[in-house]
Amino acid sequence: MTNPKVLILRTAGTNCDAETDTAFQLAGAETALVHIQNLISGRVNLADYQVLAIPGGFSYGDDIAAGILLAIEMKHKLTDLLNRFVADGKLVIGICNGFQVLVRTGLLPGISASDSSTPEMTQRTTLAMNTSARFECRWVDLETQESPCVFTKGVKPRVYLPVAHAEGRFTAPTDVLAELEANHQVVFRYAESEYPINPNGSDADIAGICDATGRIFGLMPHPERFLTKWNHPRWTRLAETQDTASEEGDGLVIFKNAVNYVKANLP
Amino acid sequence: MSSTVNEIEILNADDAELMRISREGTLSLNLNEMQTIQTHFGALGRNPTDVEIETIAQTWSEHCVHKTFKSIILYSEEGEEPEQIDGLFPTYIQRATEEIAKPWCVSVFSDNAGIIEFDETFNLVFKVETHNHPSAIEPYGGAGTGIGGVIRDSLGTGLGAKPILNTDVFCFGMPDTPYAQLPKGTLHPKRVFKGVVAGVRDYGNRMGIPTANGAILFDARYTANPLVFCGNVGIIPRNRCEKSVEPGDLVVAIGGQTGRDGIHGATFSSAELDDTSENLGSVVQIGNPIMEKKIVDALLQARDRNLYRSITDCGAGGFSSAVGEMGEPVGAEVHLERVSLKYEGLAPWEIWLSEAQERMVIAVPPENLPELMEICEAEVVEATVLGTFTDTHRLQVFYEGESVADLEMEFLHHGLPKPVKQAVWQPPKHPEMPSRDKTTKNYTDDLKQLLASPNIASKESVIRQYDHEVQGGIVINPLVGAENDGPSDACVVTPVLGSRKGVIVANGINPKYSDVDPYLSAASAIDEALRNIVAVGGSVEKTALLDNFCWGNPDKPDRLGELVRAAKACYDIATAYGTPYISGKDSLYNEYRDTTTGEQRAIPSTLLISAICVIPDIRRAVTMDVKAPGNFIYVVGNTYAELGGSHYFGIHGFIGNNAPNIRPDEGKLTMERLSTAISSGLVRSCHDCSEGGIGVAAAEMAFAGGYGMSLNLNGIPTGDEIDADDFLLFSESNSRFIVEIEPQHRDAYENHMKGVSTGCLGTVTDTPEFVVKGRAGAPIIKTSIDILKSAWQTPLHS
Repeated sequence: MTNPKVLILRTAGTNCDAETDTAFQLAGAETALVHIQNLISGRVNLADYQVLAIPGGFSYGDDIAAGILLAIEMKHKLTDLLNRFVADGKLVIGICNGFQVLVRTGLLPGISASDSSTPEMTQRTTLAMNTSARFECRWVDLETQESPCVFTKGVKPRVYLPVAHAEGRFTAPTDVLAELEANHQVVFRYAESEYPINPNGSDADIAGICDATGRIFGLMPHPERFLTKWNHPRWTRLAETQDTASEEGDGLVIFKNAVNYVKANLP
Repeated sequence: MSSTVNEIEILNADDAELMRISREGTLSLNLNEMQTIQTHFGALGRNPTDVEIETIAQTWSEHCVHKTFKSIILYSEEGEEPEQIDGLFPTYIQRATEEIAKPWCVSVFSDNAGIIEFDETFNLVFKVETHNHPSAIEPYGGAGTGIGGVIRDSLGTGLGAKPILNTDVFCFGMPDTPYAQLPKGTLHPKRVFKGVVAGVRDYGNRMGIPTANGAILFDARYTANPLVFCGNVGIIPRNRCEKSVEPGDLVVAIGGQTGRDGIHGATFSSAELDDTSENLGSVVQIGNPIMEKKIVDALLQARDRNLYRSITDCGAGGFSSAVGEMGEPVGAEVHLERVSLKYEGLAPWEIWLSEAQERMVIAVPPENLPELMEICEAEVVEATVLGTFTDTHRLQVFYEGESVADLEMEFLHHGLPKPVKQAVWQPPKHPEMPSRDKTTKNYTDDLKQLLASPNIASKESVIRQYDHEVQGGIVINPLVGAENDGPSDACVVTPVLGSRKGVIVANGINPKYSDVDPYLSAASAIDEALRNIVAVGGSVEKTALLDNFCWGNPDKPDRLGELVRAAKACYDIATAYGTPYISGKDSLYNEYRDTTTGEQRAIPSTLLISAICVIPDIRRAVTMDVKAPGNFIYVVGNTYAELGGSHYFGIHGFIGNNAPNIRPDEGKLTMERLSTAISSGLVRSCHDCSEGGIGVAAAEMAFAGGYGMSLNLNGIPTGDEIDADDFLLFSESNSRFIVEIEPQHRDAYENHMKGVSTGCLGTVTDTPEFVVKGRAGAPIIKTSIDILKSAWQTPLHS
């Protein structure tokens, strides 16, 4: 079969598209950077792809709130396309600003299993301003949770990844949080509740979640910034103790999982 | 003539009237220049229009044409024969680069940024700009548009480089300045600090460019004139580095709309500030980074499809400079009514001069226009055809069919009379500070005080607000060590993901030494920038420099004398080290005048040297944090009793007279040898020894690594006899490093360094104790790395 095809969505203010592109290419995917105008106009057909990636950045300047304008644009102009894409069993990943967009479209965490009256594409959680009230860039320890997420199969129990955001505090009503826990939709947690390990004050230290199927995944940390071991902020300290055979960074496996899933499940 | 264009009555004006016109129009033209314009138009038998005189004023402004650096200077120094210097720039900067003649310099001083080779496919561009005057008045907007502007310089170099790294260096007044002592009409340094950081943060982060190198300095003399240096590195395909303009090409503006914002920025920057400058709100703008990101996205696609032949950014002077510069070799015709406006009601000269942000001008062959428009439409970026490049060698501007300016390119670009300026330099005499060995046996508090002084203290609270990881190429972070919080000497990035070739960016800046001798200040800035490059694994051989001078009023002979001293050092030291300048800029008139008291303040003469180096294999890079107990700590390079302008003298209220000297032969050998020791894997960590000397550098290495140290001053190699513990510990002599050597590499290291002064200071210990023994064998510092780290981290914590 041909390599899995990944559509990396761009718009004004997207800025992690190049490294996300590199990550998927290293993972063995065929990639295309596509401006949302080209999806709306129909010049590019989303159905031709098996993975939709929404990279980090400041879509439309994060005016009003992070990711909201792109989310509205997608809801108003691409709802049918997106619903069909998801219904076809395909994969969606949103990183940082992309996570903010997925949460604001309601694609994450997805509709409530217990309440079928909620319409699709309804926002039920949010990513609010960090408790530090400012943009921060730092590496954090994450604990990988038991979850149906197809992107994190075989990911180490503890992963170290960078975050860089101002609006990353995951928060939701108590019942939604309980539902996420019950469905094992929490994919990554910050390893401790204390700042700065939990860099933004997220509820239940949540750093990333998936939908109930595990095929839609959003996270604040940036796995695409840890593709080789020289991206690790302390590689000069680790060099002699670490297994030096592998030059791969811990972020790459997430993209490889997506490619492998498509190869195995989406002929 | 239409009511929107005015004729400026200069033909019959006397000298006083000429100067009134210049002053009231914020033209910043002097009498000689006004007379030259008068004579030119006298020969034409007509007065200039407002559009014309404004165009000339922009083009001839200090900001745009750097007339001080090109002027003839009559320079005298105490006890020396007076000399005539035919331009500081050609004599000291350009000549150094020409003599060094590095084959990897692709383009120097001619384009919007300098270009050097990177690999078989790509070159690198680097430019550093200042945005001082705007940041003094409106820190957030001033700093944001500063970074926005320098990014457009990279985008406007060759046929456009992709921005990959931002650097920023700030100089502010003291953060604890009492409000009562603020000069009239100025903002508090803390307010400026906060606003500038937020401006750089919001612009850089939104553009998705890592901000990974910089510095922040404090001195009371920066209160009314803060300095904001913004730098950008870009990457560009090797076959996209040349530009040209052909008659018939279309003048196309891309990006933001034009409004009445930023008018007179160039001329405003070419004058002193005073206590009324805060009223000049319209010269400073708020940037729109998302617009600029869209321009980058669209233009790089158009570049790769070869749709345009030339590009430049709209910076100071707006369209008048951009079109005027691009069209200089051929001529240009522009129709101002076609410009896309933010709102109605702009006079033609305002459209022409507006410095509205986020605009680029490109030269497009007409047959490529449809494809260009298609890209712009897909990226939702506005592109407008303003006119055509011609073969008339004239700059012709029309508004609604009527000619509003018609200038000869020759007069516009070469009519500026070359000024003659006087410069003198007299070495100052300051009280000398004796060693404190007679009165104290314990320097622990001195070390803590140095670590806590705002120039040395941790800048983590600022660095964390910048995204230094975006684009995924960072290899050496600005913060390093066991807890990612130690001060890295430089940053290393891999702009091509997957490649092991890297770029190192570093800087050097030592305004405090200017109080002793601007020559040594400049020389030390070069040495420091190179040390920072070497300390992370780079080599002097592959390093290029940028010079950014920020000075007081050069019309005053003493200020200009300091500039001459610094420029001479730039030539001497760069040629000695073999490091060419590829780009540079100057910002003069950084002075403040209180119009009621007449009090005049200048900034300390400040030269920023930025350095860029290509490193063949990033796996050989090192960081400054110590790695393991039992390793040896060595000093590399000789220490001299050179504490003039040092931080140690500073905390005791002295300046002194012996600023760190420069010994380039010694320094070059030291750096070359250390560089190869690092690339051979003999060095576990390395830190530049600068502000606060060996004491501060060793302490930083220890607490960044999370281990203690046991050190002995007897191990320090000295160039002259130093009989004072404090001088050994805190002297800021140039060309020195501290390195960590593993026991198994000790012999190989010492062999490798033969011929270079290096001495073992002691070892890394597995306790938190930081102990330094004096020459007599008794501890003169005994504390813990936690106490030292806390002293260093607390002052600028929030």
